[in-house]
Amino acid sequence: MRVNFVLSEVATGLRRNLTMTVAMILTTAISLGLMGTGLLIAGMISDMKEIYYDKVQVSIFLADGVTEEQRAAIDQQLSDSPEVANHIYESKDEAYARFQQQFSQQPELVQNTPPDALPESFRVELVNPERYELIAAEFPNGQDGVDQVRDEGDFLDRLFSLLNGARNATIAVAVVQALAALLLISNTIQLAAFNRRNETNIMRLVGASRWYTQLPFILEAALAGLIGALLAIGGLVVTKILFVDKTLAGPIRAGIIPPVDWGAIAFISPVIAAAGVGLAAVAAYVTLRLYVRI
Amino acid sequence: MIELQHVTKLYPASSRPALDDVSTEIDKGEFVFLIGSSGSGKSTFLRLLLKEDDPTRGTVIVNGKTLNTMSKWQVPKLRRTIGCVFQDFRLLNNRTVGQNVAFALEVINKPQRTIKRVVPEVLEMVGLEGKTNRLPNELSGGEQQRVAIARAFVNRPLVLLADEPTGNLDPETSEGIMLLLERINRTGTTVVMATHDYHIVDSMRRRVIELSEGALTRDQSRGVYGVGR
Repeated sequence: MRVNFVLSEVATGLRRNLTMTVAMILTTAISLGLMGTGLLIAGMISDMKEIYYDKVQVSIFLADGVTEEQRAAIDQQLSDSPEVANHIYESKDEAYARFQQQFSQQPELVQNTPPDALPESFRVELVNPERYELIAAEFPNGQDGVDQVRDEGDFLDRLFSLLNGARNATIAVAVVQALAALLLISNTIQLAAFNRRNETNIMRLVGASRWYTQLPFILEAALAGLIGALLAIGGLVVTKILFVDKTLAGPIRAGIIPPVDWGAIAFISPVIAAAGVGLAAVAAYVTLRLYVRI
Repeated sequence: MIELQHVTKLYPASSRPALDDVSTEIDKGEFVFLIGSSGSGKSTFLRLLLKEDDPTRGTVIVNGKTLNTMSKWQVPKLRRTIGCVFQDFRLLNNRTVGQNVAFALEVINKPQRTIKRVVPEVLEMVGLEGKTNRLPNELSGGEQQRVAIARAFVNRPLVLLADEPTGNLDPETSEGIMLLLERINRTGTTVVMATHDYHIVDSMRRRVIELSEGALTRDQSRGVYGVGR
């Protein structure tokens, strides 16, 4: 196969349909970028689940006027309970310290919160998180120094359903964009084939193989897919540096949100590149088979 | 070499067959005129030989290969043994004369060495040796057709199909083109030429196959264009 010939055909084809090529590259890039974002969010969600679900499932907040004896009794009761896998005590000072760390990005909030505003609590890990009701029944609200029992799992469920929704929405938009990208690729290839119909007609008549005739078009699409994928990866890198690492720095340091590390981006980059190149090439091939007589 | 056995071609949109039970045989090295009015089936005849289309009924054999049963991927191989020339030349206007001829070899993967050797040879044969680097637009119609013939012949095909090659040319230029086709024929290449040009047919006195409304109405060696013309 004459490499120079094929490559010069590819370059000519891309140049000739510059506007279509740019549109094709941009939609591909957006689609792949969103796909990458969706994958990163998915990874983040599973990291977060590990951080949260394993730690705290139930919080028992103590009333302001709780006595030493009451506190010790609750501690004892938790230690004795077969439902409890683990529990830790958090004093007012510790609660405040954690609060300061969590909201370090919002100094006004920290300033306006007096150190003793946060209640002391027991953080309880259950053997079976589903059986929250049993623990809640053991410690009725407002009695024996207990202010309130809260199922953190319930809150986490809502948080994660929100995050899952965000992930699904991102992927849905990525799929719609991918469809637009595929149609654009198909159109561009049809246009390219039309522009080069004199060449391809002659190639057909003099007996060039089908493969030889089609390869420049397929490579053209694959190259555009690759450029789109590189732009998408660049977009993810920029998003990490400018958004995740800057805007979300506080929550990440506080351990609320897991960081997006370079490893994750390095891991999904080849996936994005392969998806971009593969889908574009397949779209081009199918287009040539269905619409173009070569 | 070329054989049609009871070939009928129906196009879906048409009620009358483009070719109607045509049987004929053309031997290696023959020079055949295919005549008939527009719509008589000449172009369909040529298209079937190239396997651009398949017959509705009947068998087409070219260079010993039965085209009906030939699979798609074998078609390029068949076409490398057939050269084609058209009324509208079909040159690539952004390539030079030399590049146009070389293109036909490049796309079937001939080595560069061979291309460098045979392109000047064939251009000399068609009488364009000094015009290798010209663009088609800078040439006269007759010269452009010579480039097209060079391109069709450069791979030494067994058969040369010419679809009204002189249709756009004046009589004097046409004569030059006919001399060239004769010369190619003398190298052993079978030439099948569809034409309306009765001057040429009458003066050359070669075999004439006449089609009328898709049917073969005359097959005459050393024939003329029409009786009573």
